[in-house]
Amino acid sequence: MEFSTNLLIFSGLALLMMAAAFAAVTTSRIMRAVTYLLFVLFGTAGLYFMLHYTFLGAVQIIVYAGGIVVLFIFAALLIGKGTIDVTHTSNRRYLAGLLASLSGMALALYLINSTDFFADKFSTVGVPMKSVGLALMGTAKHNYVLTFEVLSILLLACMVGAIMIARKK
Amino acid sequence: MDYTIFILALPLLSFLILGLCGMKMPHKTAGLIGTFSLGAVAVLSYITAALYFGAGRDADGLFATIIPYNICWLPLGETLSIEMGILLDPISVMMLIVISTVSLMVHIYSLGYMKGERGVQRYYAYLSLFTFSMLGLVVATNIFQMYVFWELVGVSSYLLIGFYYTKPAAIAASKKAFIVTRFADLFFLIGILLYGYYAETFSFTPAETVLMTAGGIIPVALGLMFIGGAGKSAMFPLHIWLPDAMEGPTPVSALIHAATMVVAGVYLVARMFPLFIDFAPDTLHMVAYVGAFTALYAAVVACVQTDIKRVLAFSTISQIAFMMVALGVCTSADPHEGGLGYMASMFHLFTHAMFKGLLFLGAGAIIHAVHSNEKSYMGGLRKYMPVTHATFLIACLAIAGIPPFSGFFSKDEILVACYDYSTMMGIFMSFVAALTAFYMFRLYYLIFWGKSYYEQQLALYKEGKSSHEPHKPHEAPATMTVPLVILATISVFAGFIPFGEFISSNGHAYTIHLNYAVAAVSIFLAIAGITLATIMYRKGTSSLTVSINRNLKGLIDAAYHRFYMDELWLFVTKRIIFNCISRPIAWFDRHIIDGTMDLMATLTQKLGTWVRPMQSGNVQSYSVWFLSGALILVLILIYFV
Amino acid sequence: MIVPAQFYLALAAILFFIGVFGFFTRRNLISLLISTELMLNTVDINFAVFNAYCHPEHLEGFFFTMFGIGVAAAETAVAIAIIINVFRNVKSIHIKNMKELKH
Repeated sequence: MEFSTNLLIFSGLALLMMAAAFAAVTTSRIMRAVTYLLFVLFGTAGLYFMLHYTFLGAVQIIVYAGGIVVLFIFAALLIGKGTIDVTHTSNRRYLAGLLASLSGMALALYLINSTDFFADKFSTVGVPMKSVGLALMGTAKHNYVLTFEVLSILLLACMVGAIMIARKK
Repeated sequence: MDYTIFILALPLLSFLILGLCGMKMPHKTAGLIGTFSLGAVAVLSYITAALYFGAGRDADGLFATIIPYNICWLPLGETLSIEMGILLDPISVMMLIVISTVSLMVHIYSLGYMKGERGVQRYYAYLSLFTFSMLGLVVATNIFQMYVFWELVGVSSYLLIGFYYTKPAAIAASKKAFIVTRFADLFFLIGILLYGYYAETFSFTPAETVLMTAGGIIPVALGLMFIGGAGKSAMFPLHIWLPDAMEGPTPVSALIHAATMVVAGVYLVARMFPLFIDFAPDTLHMVAYVGAFTALYAAVVACVQTDIKRVLAFSTISQIAFMMVALGVCTSADPHEGGLGYMASMFHLFTHAMFKGLLFLGAGAIIHAVHSNEKSYMGGLRKYMPVTHATFLIACLAIAGIPPFSGFFSKDEILVACYDYSTMMGIFMSFVAALTAFYMFRLYYLIFWGKSYYEQQLALYKEGKSSHEPHKPHEAPATMTVPLVILATISVFAGFIPFGEFISSNGHAYTIHLNYAVAAVSIFLAIAGITLATIMYRKGTSSLTVSINRNLKGLIDAAYHRFYMDELWLFVTKRIIFNCISRPIAWFDRHIIDGTMDLMATLTQKLGTWVRPMQSGNVQSYSVWFLSGALILVLILIYFV
Repeated sequence: MIVPAQFYLALAAILFFIGVFGFFTRRNLISLLISTELMLNTVDINFAVFNAYCHPEHLEGFFFTMFGIGVAAAETAVAIAIIINVFRNVKSIHIKNMKELKH
């Protein structure tokens, strides 16, 4: 009974995400594209919840849905409606893009289908907050304090850079 | 003998000075620079000869071979190397005298002859270059050095024949000379390489044991070398370039095409003589037969030519053939036992250089006076040009073989050598000698006797039948007559030089003694030839001449056209070689080799045109390519892993 | 019964190539950026799935995803700053007008 529920939820999410993603790359209105992207991001958070990575799901919603999408919206609004009407490229390039993407997709799906690289070790316990915190701040093996610090510096640099670039002269 | 280097260095220096800054100096200065450097060379050559022969013979009764310089120029392997140096032995010292004397005379003579011509500096630069090359050729210590200078001689000859480069005939003649001799030199080079490979040295004196093992290949190599020599010495059938080479200035003809360059082939055979006699006597006799045929052929052709320089050119061919015959009839290295020809050949080379140089210079003086090469413009010149007339007569007597002029002695030795070889050869060459006397005196009478073209024209002018007054022939200036007189003096007395004391086939002294039977026959034949010429041409055209002309019309026409040898060569080259060899090669070159290159170029261009739009600067299309590449890589990985 | 990992991966692949398709065909800088975000997002999903199904005892994929989200945020911030600046300079964010950097 449980597996069918999981599968049902997954199918729902998958359908939603695919539809939203497709709409995001084909719609001609920029605000709509951003909104469809938001749906995909929410769906991704749902997938993380299904994998029992609740913290990751939370981060996804806060950073992506809350931060990035807002940035997009600001950008769209700043630039103005007149200039951001989305137009597609020429037919030829459209077809080339479609063909390349479809063949890539086929290849990827074929590979995923034909390869069996999973030992079934899936645990339904999830990751407790405490271990996430310890791993993030720890210095032992499989701990990530260095990465964390590097990322902090990167974020700082990006902030400064973004301000420098976007600032009016 | 260290100073001998200056014999080579001075002409080279003079060539460099005149060639590099000749245009900045007046004609006279250029001429004097060339003449004085040549004068110094001549003096040095005489000193060398005096010291060399004055040093006397060594214990074996030979003149020592001296090599003052020998620098390894190009080491080819452990044993084989090419040297550059100076070699003094009797024949090279003799050649030094011949070349420097004739060259000096020509230099002095040219001061007068070339006066007022365009590019006198260039002319003297070329003369210096030629003299340098020729001297380098004769003092070469090995066959390869000889070949290097041999080619230099060819180049300078080409430059000098084509001196009047605005004249199409001169250009054609220079090209012809260069190509024909170059063609022959190809065989020479092959011969040298064969020789170098099997004799394991390029020097003239290889180890006997090596040659013994080399065996049958040495005659072939020597034969190939002789073909090279035949090209330079204008032996039949490679003689075709020499008559055309008369398009060059006449002093050049005297220097190059009479006295020096054309005897290079004879000198080559003489140089290789010890090898010829020991290892390739049959090849040597081939030389004799080629020479004999050439002598006859050229003498017959010379009898009917109308251009006086052409007559002299064919005479030169014939006389050089005499020298070749003399070398070819040698059967041993001992002058008492069938080796006389070697000495006779060198002797004739020496005397011939003097009197043939004199003949050409005299012809130059005549051409200078009447402004034409054709005999019809001459006649009766003896009154107007006494000095030229006298010297020309001396030269004619010398070449005809009348005693006591030099040609008699040397030619007599050759004939003796021929009779020693076989009576047939002796009779044959005696006949050619008689022909020589005939055609030389025909020439002499046509120029200096008979009706004067000038007087005929003057008469016509006075009667009012000709609109312009003819140009009166005049004697040449002193710069031209002095060399004539000097050469004439040498031509008179050179026969009394005891030549055998200095040069003989085995190096030992040999006393020349006249063979009275042979001498009597040759004098008789010479006088017969002269008499015939006198009867036929003394008074212009006689009845005998007319009847001979009528009866032998076919022969005379053929001889006038040189027996159609040029046409035959043209047929062979144009029809056969061009069509059968050159055209296919040209086709191959144009279509296969060029075609491949063109194809590569076109492909590159096509590929470029096709690839260029990819560099659009559009990131999106780049990313499409990127994705395609990545996909293809993945496919390859799937397929192979 | 759990959902097979292949399902997740297949979904991620489909989404990724939808992003690729968008990246190839859109002519607007913001749209391009949206496509990029889509692709980044699917990569994050893959990390999480591999971690959950292959090595649940460690958290490498988990943290990679987390840092990936962080980097994506930074990248987006900078990219949008650039876009705004470009717009100020050329009054357009249409890709055919982006020629200043070509040469």
